[in-house]
Amino acid sequence: MKFADEFRDADLARALGARIAAESGDKHWKIMEVCGGHTHTIFKYGIEDLLPSNVELVHGPGCPVCVIPMGRLDDGIAVAHEPGVIFTCFGDLMRVPGSTGSLLDAKAAGADVRMVYSPLDALKIAQQNPDRRVVFYAIGFETTAPSTALTLMRAKAEGIRNLFVFCNHVTIIPPMKAILDSPDLKLDGFLGPGHVSTVVGIRPFEFVTNTYGKPVVVVGFEPLDILQGVHMIITQIHEGRCEVENQYKRVVHDDGNPKALEVLSRVFKLRSHFEWRGLGFISQSALELQDEFADYDAEKVFSVPGVRVADPKACQCGEVLKGVLKPWECKVFGTACTPETPIGTCMVSSEGACAAYYNFGRYSRARERERVLASGEHSNGNGNGHANGAVAEHDLQPIPVQAR
Amino acid sequence: MCLAIPARLVEYIDDDHMYGKVELGGVQRRINTSLLVGEDVTEPGEYVLVHVGFALSRVSETEAAETLRILEQMGPAYTDEVQQIREWQAMEEELVGANYRESNGTPAA
Amino acid sequence: MTETVTQPGSGAAIRAASARIADPEQRVLERIAEIRKRKPTLREDAITMSHGAGGKASHTLTTALFGDILSNPVLDQLGDQAVLALPGVDQVGIAVTTDSFVVSPLFFPGGDIGELAVNGTINDLAVGGATPLGISAAFILEEGLDIALLRRVVESMRRAADRAGVYVVTGDTKVVPRGKADQLFINTTGVGTVALPPQVALHRIAPGDVVLLSGAMGDHGATVMLARGDVDLEADNLRSDTMALHGLTSALLADGIDVHFMRDATRGGVATVLNEIAQAAGVAVAIAEDSLPVHDEVRGVAEILGIDPLYIANEGKLVAVVARDHAPRALELMRSRPEGTEAAVIGEVMAEPEGMVFIHTGFGGTRVVDMLIGDPLPRIC
Repeated sequence: MKFADEFRDADLARALGARIAAESGDKHWKIMEVCGGHTHTIFKYGIEDLLPSNVELVHGPGCPVCVIPMGRLDDGIAVAHEPGVIFTCFGDLMRVPGSTGSLLDAKAAGADVRMVYSPLDALKIAQQNPDRRVVFYAIGFETTAPSTALTLMRAKAEGIRNLFVFCNHVTIIPPMKAILDSPDLKLDGFLGPGHVSTVVGIRPFEFVTNTYGKPVVVVGFEPLDILQGVHMIITQIHEGRCEVENQYKRVVHDDGNPKALEVLSRVFKLRSHFEWRGLGFISQSALELQDEFADYDAEKVFSVPGVRVADPKACQCGEVLKGVLKPWECKVFGTACTPETPIGTCMVSSEGACAAYYNFGRYSRARERERVLASGEHSNGNGNGHANGAVAEHDLQPIPVQAR
Repeated sequence: MCLAIPARLVEYIDDDHMYGKVELGGVQRRINTSLLVGEDVTEPGEYVLVHVGFALSRVSETEAAETLRILEQMGPAYTDEVQQIREWQAMEEELVGANYRESNGTPAA
Repeated sequence: MTETVTQPGSGAAIRAASARIADPEQRVLERIAEIRKRKPTLREDAITMSHGAGGKASHTLTTALFGDILSNPVLDQLGDQAVLALPGVDQVGIAVTTDSFVVSPLFFPGGDIGELAVNGTINDLAVGGATPLGISAAFILEEGLDIALLRRVVESMRRAADRAGVYVVTGDTKVVPRGKADQLFINTTGVGTVALPPQVALHRIAPGDVVLLSGAMGDHGATVMLARGDVDLEADNLRSDTMALHGLTSALLADGIDVHFMRDATRGGVATVLNEIAQAAGVAVAIAEDSLPVHDEVRGVAEILGIDPLYIANEGKLVAVVARDHAPRALELMRSRPEGTEAAVIGEVMAEPEGMVFIHTGFGGTRVVDMLIGDPLPRIC
């Protein structure tokens, strides 16, 4: 078993989609996938096509790139421009716009910005360039933070002094809470973040069921995982249950990874508050380095401007993130706010709810029209090809959706 | 939010099992394996979940098989729906596939 | 600035579109569709690496700056090659194409910059249906470059040119101070003949046409990405696919196959070529994910780095759009040749929705395949 293709089976998907359709009834369901990775899977595999139209997936706040406020990105870019700095970050971040441009623009303007695959690569660059100051711009939820922690512990153990971390690690529970506290919330349940849960386990999500009465299913990242998660939420509600369930048992233990939690607490502490793009300030929602690691803290070592750039007033990302508004209902959607010139977090990454809708919305509508038109229109099209149509069927791989 | 993928652990490359080599589709990478403790202790040949150069956990074949078993049970139980699926498939063939053959003079099967 | 209702993407056109539609959601979507028809504008103040990656930014730079300033009837076609008419000759034109090569590292599994420089330019001629006559080679060398290394590159060019049956007929050399170039850059220009009117042309693409791909995607881009060493991945069996394709294209045309359009899928990958086809020809392209040939190693690299093989560069693969009833023969012929053993029918051309490429996933869903936005950057989320 390779733990990938097995969970991408089209026939099982159809059966499951049909079952969801049968069991979802007339009710309009709104289920939020918290994690941007799930959003990616949903678009990559076209999962919404397999769900009935009354089951709506709401794309949540779990994209660590999208939630970075502009001001903090500006701070990072300012550090990148400091003399002698090699600025490292994950590829995801390179194109995200700050208030005066992206890291790619900073690179074009002469900053030494390098993309890394792992924080350990930043450490390696620091070892190879002892006369330079290497900054790692850390982003990510609890999944990614242990990697930064272990990298810092190793830097300290090996006496490497020219690596600095600009810490933007965030935690998943506070933004979920912020969304749940919203008075106009209209969600029926949550697909919990599978990879965060490999670290924190599934118990931290119990407040969602206990305090807010919404079911949570922690799911994996293959398309069948997501469909099964949707089905499990609907089943819970039908059966009058409200629990945290674990669909992703193949990698998630109920208690998470104790070693990862231990290194997290050794290296990080909670920030008193952190600003989230689209959601505003949320208390205790992010991590900063423990005092023991102050010498490695880019925010302490470098003087960063720290200028807060307010989310544009017209932007209604917060409402979209909470599932209150659909992307197209936002005042600036498609006019001032487009993928080329994003204003809000939902348009920043291609996985954001608004960017996805901008790109795919018209198509899905157009396709519905096509479905209706198809039979009549196509039967009398291409008529002239019939006469000499000596095409053996086996010569051609059929192009259609599911002819296998 | 976090791209993590299952890959086969080929070997540990130090005695302390701090680093290992994983493989996916003939592509290999050195990763940090120090988080694989307790339930996640992994033998070479088994799969681990890799994220930004770190193995986060062991992938359990037993649990994966159980999840697939549950999924497979859902399908056949619903014969009506299987019929429905066939109808959908026929509709889609009509949309693209059958049309494709038809235009070449070969009627759809 | 004056606006008329007929000008696509103008404010008036958007208002007109909006007024026709009562459904507010549809109104928003139509507005977006109108905005998309606008000519791209160059927003950046400085060139970034995205402008060279072959995707949306490259396209914007090419049309909004070069195409705009240098506009003329030949350039405005924006093909892989230009076709120049010879005074008094009706049946044959001269095809011209040029390309610069700046790959790092210079040598990688399966090829090197010299081989790329020859094959790339031959391919740009070949996909237009042209027969190569000869190519030029211009070198920009960094002070301090090892001559033995230069010799290896030029010898490799010689071998590639011999294999392709063309001469390198003229050249140029410039040396720049250390640090002003990265070792060695090569520009090649190719000249060939093409029958007039060209059989292979964007305007011949029509709904119902079938789309073929001559082999597996992403070998070159994945190989170079690994050879660069930034991502620390190793794959023993990964090789660049650099290859001259004029043998394949001339075989297709000589066989009488009604090829409507061809393009080699280099930077930006197959996805970008399909988008160019959809936009330039005003059609939709539908492809089936299961039909796309990809080697295991490329799939592995793509999964690990979170990128899509559809966007990874190739240096020896072409996309061909052929008349539907010629598709089986085209596929058979491609597969019978060494350049196309893994060729596949990957999709078809449809009338609607105009300008879009979509893919039927193996899972049973559908998604839009957009143009590459910048470089295909590895992602963690």
